Amino acid sequence: MAFDEEMDEFKVVGTRPDRPDGIDKVTGRARFGADATAPGMLHAVIIRSPHAHARIVRIDASKAEAAHGVKAVVTRADFADGLEGENWNILENLMAGERALYDGHAVAAIAATSSLAARDAARLVEVEYEVLPHVTDVDEAMQEAAPVIREGAADGSVPAGMHPNVVRCHDSGHGDPEEGFAEADLVIEERFTTEATHQGYIEPHACLGTLGPDGRGELWCCTQGHWNVQKVCAALLDVETSKLRVTASEIGGGFGGKTAVFIEPVALALSRKANRPVKLVMPRADVFRATGPTASTSMDVKIGMKKDGTITGASGVFRCQGGAFPGAPMEFTAMCAFAPYALKHVRQVGYDVMTNRPKQAAYRAPGSPMAAFAVESVIDELCNRLGLDPIDVRLKNASREGTKASFGPSWDRIGLVETLEAAKEHPHFSAPLAEGAGRGISCGFWFNHAGETAVQLALSEDGTVQLSVGTPDIGGSRASMCMMAAEELGIPYEDVRTTIADTATLGYNEISHGSRVTYASGLATIEAARDTVKKLCKRAADKWGIDAEAVEWRDGCAIPSGPNAGDFDPMPIKEIAGRMGQTGGPIVGHFEATPEGAGVSFATHIVDAEVDRETGATTVTRYTVVQDAGKAIHPSYVEGQYQGGAAQGIGWALNEEYIYDEDGRLLNAGFLDYRIPVASDLPMIDTVIVEVPNPGHPYGVRGVGETSICPPLAAIANAVSNAAGVRMQDLPMRPSRILEALKARS
Amino acid sequence: MIHVSTTVNGDAREFLCDPRETLLDVLRDRLELTGAKEGCGTGDCGACTVVLDGRPVCSCLVLAAEAQGHEIGTVEGVSDGEDLHPLQRKFIEHAALQCGICTPGILVAAKALLERDPDPSETEVRYWLAGNLCRCTGYDKIVRAVLDAASEMREAT
Repeated sequence: MAFDEEMDEFKVVGTRPDRPDGIDKVTGRARFGADATAPGMLHAVIIRSPHAHARIVRIDASKAEAAHGVKAVVTRADFADGLEGENWNILENLMAGERALYDGHAVAAIAATSSLAARDAARLVEVEYEVLPHVTDVDEAMQEAAPVIREGAADGSVPAGMHPNVVRCHDSGHGDPEEGFAEADLVIEERFTTEATHQGYIEPHACLGTLGPDGRGELWCCTQGHWNVQKVCAALLDVETSKLRVTASEIGGGFGGKTAVFIEPVALALSRKANRPVKLVMPRADVFRATGPTASTSMDVKIGMKKDGTITGASGVFRCQGGAFPGAPMEFTAMCAFAPYALKHVRQVGYDVMTNRPKQAAYRAPGSPMAAFAVESVIDELCNRLGLDPIDVRLKNASREGTKASFGPSWDRIGLVETLEAAKEHPHFSAPLAEGAGRGISCGFWFNHAGETAVQLALSEDGTVQLSVGTPDIGGSRASMCMMAAEELGIPYEDVRTTIADTATLGYNEISHGSRVTYASGLATIEAARDTVKKLCKRAADKWGIDAEAVEWRDGCAIPSGPNAGDFDPMPIKEIAGRMGQTGGPIVGHFEATPEGAGVSFATHIVDAEVDRETGATTVTRYTVVQDAGKAIHPSYVEGQYQGGAAQGIGWALNEEYIYDEDGRLLNAGFLDYRIPVASDLPMIDTVIVEVPNPGHPYGVRGVGETSICPPLAAIANAVSNAAGVRMQDLPMRPSRILEALKARS
Repeated sequence: MIHVSTTVNGDAREFLCDPRETLLDVLRDRLELTGAKEGCGTGDCGACTVVLDGRPVCSCLVLAAEAQGHEIGTVEGVSDGEDLHPLQRKFIEHAALQCGICTPGILVAAKALLERDPDPSETEVRYWLAGNLCRCTGYDKIVRAVLDAASEMREAT
C-alpha cells in the first residue's frame, strides 16, 4: 500500500482525545518547578551585577555570612576550574569570573533558612566594581571603536580585519547573485533590524537540588532537557554524571529558553556547601535580565525580480547579536532566509557578534523569523511595485521536491506549494479589506530536528501499558505519545500512561527542542510498540505451537495467519499480559537511536492589520496560519502550536523589545514594560493544517512547534506597511515608530 | 509574626506569617496550596489569581495579614469534589492549555466572570482576562472554552 493511503487507516491518530495530564493541570495538582519542597530545605537568592561591563575588584560576603539564617554563600571559586568550550561559557554566564559582562550577570549566591532571610542577607554582600566601557548594539559592536568583549573569542571562520567582537561567520549559496541582479527588471536592496525579544514563558526558572559530600545528588527542575542539565551540572561541579539524578518537573513554557542551564549548578553548589537541600526560584526581573533573550539583528537583503515575478537573484548579510558569548544563531538566520525559494543565484552571509547583553538562548526557530522578516518584506515590496499577486509570485518561485535549497542540499518531499495553494483558496485571502487596512503574506521555513532518543514501553499484567519517554512535555506531547502507542498496539488511548522518565530510568534523551518531540519520541514510541508486538506475537505463537512469523497483530490481538489462519481464536493483549509471568516473564519494548529524517516544515501566513494614523497603534484584525504538519497526531495541539507561534510573532512584531539605557542597563525587566500580547490584543487565529507526509516518520509526522513563528514578523510588517503606505523596516513596529514613518512620508 | 485566621476554599485556616509575606507566599509555602503560581510577583501576569470575598485579585499583591477574616478561593476549590467545574472540563476538551502554568489563574478569573455575567461576549471575555498572561495558546482556545462553558452553564439553569 502506498504511504499516503496507509495514512488514511488510522483509528486513534487524528482524533482529539482529552490530554492525560488535563485534570492535574485544571485542578492545580500538577507540580511545576517551584512546587517542590524537601525536609530541611534552604532558599537561595542570586546577587547580580548592576553594570553592563565591569571588572569585579572584590566580593566581601562576611557580613552576609554572619547574618541570621544564612547557611552558605558561593562565588565563582565554588565551581569547577579548567573548563573549556561551551561548558566554560555556561559557567561564565551563570557565575561571573573576573568581569561582569552584562546588567544582571550573577556574581554570588546565598542560601538561607527562608527566602526573606536570603533576600535580606543578599543586601549585605559587598561587591566592588571597576566600570568598563560597554556596547549593546549589534552594528556599533562591529565598529572599530567598540570595546572588546573577549579577546580571542573568534574562530577561524571570521575573515581577517573584522572587529574581535565578530566571533563566527557563515557564508553559503550558489550561482552569482550579481549575474542574477543584471537579469532583473527591478532590484531592491534594504536594511532591516529586529530587537531582542524574550521567550516570555510564564513560569520563571526554578529548581530544588541536593548534593551531598559524597558527590551524590538529586535535582528537580523545570527544563526542556534534564539529561543536558545532568551533564552540564556534573561538569560545572566536577562530579560524576551518573551520581546526579535529575527529574524534570512539569514545565510552564520554554519556547527554547529552557534548553539552557542558568541556576541548577548554583543551587547544587550551595547545597554542597550547606549540606542541605536548596530551592532556587528566579524572580521575574532576573529572568529578563539574565536568561535567554533571542538575538537582535541588523540585516541587508537584496533581491532582483523580472516583470513576470521570477526571482533572478538574491543576497543577504545577517548580523546577529547574541550577548557576551558566542552562539547567536546567524547560520540558521542565513540558511533559512531564502529557503522557500528555488533560486539560480543566491548567497547568504551571517555574522555572530558579541555585546554586553545576556547570553542569547534559543527562541522557537532561532534566527528564522528575523530572516523571513527581511526577505519577505523585500519580496512584498517587489510585488507591490511590479503589480504582482504576492501568492502567485511565491508559487512561481517556490522550493519543491528535487529543487536545490539556497543552503545546499536538494529538497526531499516538502509542502510549501501546498500551503501557498491552501492560503490562496482560503476565504481570508480574497475577503475585501476595510478602508485603511492592509494585508500581508509571508512564507516561513524551519529545518526541524531529530536527536538522540530512548523510549521504553512496559506491559502491565492487565494489558495496559506504561510508556516512558525522556522528552519533557512542553505542550501536550504526552497525549500524542499515548495516541501513537495505542494506534500501534490496537488498544484504547486510555490504556496507555505516558511518563516523563528521570535521568536514572532511561538512556540519554536530547532536549525537547528543534520541534523534535512528536517526531522523534513519537517514532521511538512506535518502534518500541512494534518491538513489544513482536514479543506478544512470540508468546501467542509459543502457546499455539506455531512459528512466531505466522502470527499477525491486529486490533490488539495476536492472530494466526498464513497456513495457520483460522486455526486458533485471536488472543487479546490482556490474555497474553495476564499470563506473561508464566510464559517467559515481563514484556517490555524499547527503542534507542538517533533517528534521521525529521522532515522540514513550511508555512504561509495571511494577516490583516489596521493602523491608527493618530496614535500609530496597530490592530491585527484577522490572522490565518497555513502550515504543513506532515501528519497531525492530535490536531487540537497542532492548531495550538500554530496559534501560539502566531501570537508570539504578533508580540515580536508590534510591542516586544529589550530596551537598554545609555549605561547598558535593561529598562524594561518586567511584564508591565515588556509587553507580551494579552487576550484583548488578539483576534481569533484561524488555522489550516496541510498534511504532506514526511517520509522519515512512520506516520508522516513533521515537527510543528517552531515553523509557526517564522512567517509572522514579515506577514505583520507587510500588512502594516500596506495599511500605512510606508515600508516598515525596523521591529518592533511600536506606535512611535509608525508615527515617525507616517510623518517622514508626508 | 502575625497570627491570621481566614477561610480558604470553605475551610477555616490559621497561620503565622511575617508582615512582609504575601498571600501567595502563605498559600504556597505555609498552607501547601501550590495551585496559584508566581509568574512575576508584581501583579502583571495573573498566574497567582485567587478570589478574595468573591473578587479576583493577584495574591502576590495582597499581604497575607490582610486575609484576616476574609474568604479566599483558589483553583483547588474550583471543582466540586470529583466533579470538575464546566470551565475545567471545557478547558480540557478545547485544548485550552498547553503548558498549564497560567491555567489556575485563568480558571479562577473566568469563574468570577461567569458568576457576574453568565453570557459574556467574546470581547468581554478577552478584556476580563486581559490581566492573565498566556504565552502558549494565543488565547484562541481559552476564549472558546470560556464561551462554551458559559453556554453550557446557561443551558443547565
